[in-house]
Amino acid sequence: MKRDPDIALLLDEFSRGRVAAAARLITIVENGGDRAEAVMDGVFPMTRGAYRIGFTGPPGAGKSTLVFRMSRILRGEGKRIGVIAVDPTSPFSGGALLGDRIRMQSLSEDPEIFVRSLASRGSLGGISSCTDEVADLLDAFGKDLVLIETVGVGQSELEIAEKAHTVVVILVPESGDGVQAMKAGLMEIGDVFVMNKADHRDAVGAARELEETLRLKDVPEEGWRPPVVLASATRETGIDEVRERIEEHRRHLEERGLLAEKRRRVLYSRVRGAFMDRVERRVWEHESVRSVIERGMEDVYGGRLSPYRLVRELERLVAGGLQM
Amino acid sequence: MASERKDDFAEAKKRWRRLYEEWGTEDVDFTTVSGAPVEPLYGPDDAAGLDYLRDLGFPGEYPFTRGVYPTMYRGRQWTMRQFSGFGTPRDTNGRYHYLLDHGQTGLSVAFDMPTIMGYDSDHRRAEGEVGRCGVAIDSLRDMEILFDGIDMAKITTSMTINAPASILLAFYLCAGEKKGARFDEMGGTIQNDILKEYIAQKSWIFPPEPSIRIITDIMAFCADHVPRWNTISISGYHIREAGSTAVQELAFTLADGFAYVEAGIAAGLDVDEFAPRLSFFFNAHLDFFEEIAKYRAARRIWAKRMKEKYGAKDPRSWLLRFHTQTAGCSLTAQQPENNIVRTAFQALSAVLGGTQSLHTNSMDETLALPSEKAVRIALRTQQLIAHETGVVNSIDPLAGSWFVEAKTREMEEAAEKYFERIEEFGGVVKAIEAGFFQREIGRAAYEYQKAVERERKIVVGVNRFQLEDETIEIPILRIDQQVELDQRSAVAAVRAGRDNDKAARELVRLRTAAEGSDNLMPVILDCARCYCTEGEIIAALKEVFGEYVETPVF
Amino acid sequence: MGKTIRVLIGKPGLDGHDRGAKVVANALRDAGMEVIYTGLHQTPEMIAEAAVQEDVDVVGLSILSGAHMTMFPRILELLREKGAGHIKVFGGGIIPAEDAERLEAAGVARLFGPGTDTRDIVDFIRKNFAQSA
Repeated sequence: MKRDPDIALLLDEFSRGRVAAAARLITIVENGGDRAEAVMDGVFPMTRGAYRIGFTGPPGAGKSTLVFRMSRILRGEGKRIGVIAVDPTSPFSGGALLGDRIRMQSLSEDPEIFVRSLASRGSLGGISSCTDEVADLLDAFGKDLVLIETVGVGQSELEIAEKAHTVVVILVPESGDGVQAMKAGLMEIGDVFVMNKADHRDAVGAARELEETLRLKDVPEEGWRPPVVLASATRETGIDEVRERIEEHRRHLEERGLLAEKRRRVLYSRVRGAFMDRVERRVWEHESVRSVIERGMEDVYGGRLSPYRLVRELERLVAGGLQM
Repeated sequence: MASERKDDFAEAKKRWRRLYEEWGTEDVDFTTVSGAPVEPLYGPDDAAGLDYLRDLGFPGEYPFTRGVYPTMYRGRQWTMRQFSGFGTPRDTNGRYHYLLDHGQTGLSVAFDMPTIMGYDSDHRRAEGEVGRCGVAIDSLRDMEILFDGIDMAKITTSMTINAPASILLAFYLCAGEKKGARFDEMGGTIQNDILKEYIAQKSWIFPPEPSIRIITDIMAFCADHVPRWNTISISGYHIREAGSTAVQELAFTLADGFAYVEAGIAAGLDVDEFAPRLSFFFNAHLDFFEEIAKYRAARRIWAKRMKEKYGAKDPRSWLLRFHTQTAGCSLTAQQPENNIVRTAFQALSAVLGGTQSLHTNSMDETLALPSEKAVRIALRTQQLIAHETGVVNSIDPLAGSWFVEAKTREMEEAAEKYFERIEEFGGVVKAIEAGFFQREIGRAAYEYQKAVERERKIVVGVNRFQLEDETIEIPILRIDQQVELDQRSAVAAVRAGRDNDKAARELVRLRTAAEGSDNLMPVILDCARCYCTEGEIIAALKEVFGEYVETPVF
Repeated sequence: MGKTIRVLIGKPGLDGHDRGAKVVANALRDAGMEVIYTGLHQTPEMIAEAAVQEDVDVVGLSILSGAHMTMFPRILELLREKGAGHIKVFGGGIIPAEDAERLEAAGVARLFGPGTDTRDIVDFIRKNFAQSA
């Protein structure tokens, strides 16, 4: 691939710590395509294994306040932090409001914290499809920790579990059918649970109930039993404990070699995913494939040909080798 | 009504309705400025079930729908209270003398943003904002200058100040004290309504809990020592300006009021000890009848709840007394002279709604701070209503109008529905933390904007009847950059001229008091007396109380 | 697919009047833009840093406290210092005509007064974006 002079220049500035260059590279990655890959080719070798923490939970659970408080604590420890905050893109206008959160107000004059808002854009699950890449970029930019905040809606739970080393699930005592269903999905992926709004009259009961539910589950092979922490992000209580539990989880993974394994697994699945996407697109758009499909579909529509017979024909075509 | 005549009525109404449909109407939205539907005609059937004594009563009698005093404007006119403040305390003092000389009957202080947010004029965050949208007050010294030549035992003063209200009240009381006015002689109002800050106006400092503690401290202190002071002006004005509907303004404001009553009771105060000193502050927007219904509904809801739910026995606790300001958000930058007319209609609705005091906006407020001439016209507008229109002669003259009574009841019912929803959140503070009010208001504001842009709502001079190449020909008040420099050196001079050891000791005392549960007012007064600055006092309290952060909602 | 326009809506200074900022943010979102809202009470440093990190195309500032003559120039200067002088800055609020002229001469792309139709703001951003892209 031809080296894009702009990108080379930006990568050079990036490696010298220029915030504007990092921000522009993220934009290129977000916009996808060849240029995005050229950026990743340059950035990936610079990554140093920043630890990734996901924060998810239903809307209104207080995720952004918790991430804000957590950032403050982590900065106090001297950690350099990247924050990726993902919000859904409006299916109607294609626009997005990325303001439904506290920006790191008293911190954003601090050069060691980099906050980037991403819209989910085409991706279904409420998480941007380039979250991994942006996290790599922040990692390569020298951040020790990357915090990824997403709204828990449907599939994003599972995706965040793939992208983060520790997943913090934030819940509130208020219940409701929708929330219950969402909780069921969240139950599977949390490494640390936070029962936020600890001053709510039902908070202690809800936390106990959550602990019960978690206890009923089989202990996973990693041997980690997710703790439940009572906290109040607005009143700043329990945040230190959340931090401690995250650290314990990290140590747990590290001591058992699970972190390295997780990183390898994630990279493996990223390669697989990206490769499959690529192959799918190229095969599907391939001239010979198109002509077989167009011809064959007429017979399928007419009821003369079974869809599966057509698929077998396509498979033979691909197995025989396509000129790419 | 005899049944035969009832049939006649139903028949006649049907007949009219048919004609009405046949004739057809224009293709515009027949809704209030809040987007509430309005019927083409109201009749006795719309006010059915209205019980005069139960629902309206006589003026000065429960439930006060017709007014809080038996004589209303025949006994005493409303207070004409123009909100003003700009530049240095000396600049504003000059404007106060001007207003008093022109017949204004009360003062109302507008503070600049650094004062409102608890920063001294020489703080980094005050840069560019000193004296811009109000007067800069940093210490007792500035308050002494602000009221120079004004008899503080005679005049009543309203101060639009919230998060740091305790401090500005302390400055005021100490300034009066130095001139020989006793605490129990001085009268006035501090806005001191922190809940609406979280909801709409967004000038907060501390989190809700300590903020409410400061408020209950003020209520308790004033009940004992400053009995003529209105300790909270529970404000819907800013909620409306932030884009709410009339019903939201009514409901959220009263909900805040009930929250303060509950806080006072929870702090161990007797409801009748502090409730008579609570007052309200509403917006007068453009929709004439909707506004009048709002004020009437407010009085009725408050009286009922205070008596029935909170067990207040002193009739003064049942009274909803209120100040009104015409709607700043209704003014246009286009053809600003038209704002005089808008303001006049709004002021008239406030008077017909039974307000106790009134501020009329100046025509130039969408352009800058008001000039002297613009302020004079605004004040003259009130004087015209009071002396020329004759509307003051009869009390609550619109009572019994089927439309107004139906609308009053409709607003009362809509407010009750909001109270239920707030209750479901677990109260006002919880609903704030959940972003409920902010979301409701934000949506209403965006809906209104879209209605204007689609021309479903007409704004004269903005989306219809525009002037090509309009040039604005009204004088503008400019705040000199010098104000900031002067004020910075003034606060430096105060720090240099006081007993700094004593000031430091008082601030330590304040921190200790804040950590405990004693009433903070006496300590804040001591801090004020030894010229601690507002910023220093706030900083000491922040160390104990922390700061509020908001997650924006849309 | 064309690049999505990213806008930062900022509230510098101490005033809390966020009605206009939020209405504009909503309108830009509905026009298909990605809008980052800073929240209230931001310093010029916070806004400039956020604009750079978020790599926005345009910054819109809402100021109603009268501090516009301090805030706008300061933010423009900070953006240049951070290597983001290409970011266009527009604004709204209560800004006297004379001040507006001076600010536009100093590099503010456009000032929108009270009563502005949000569609005018959308058009302005799109046009500017087309020129710079």
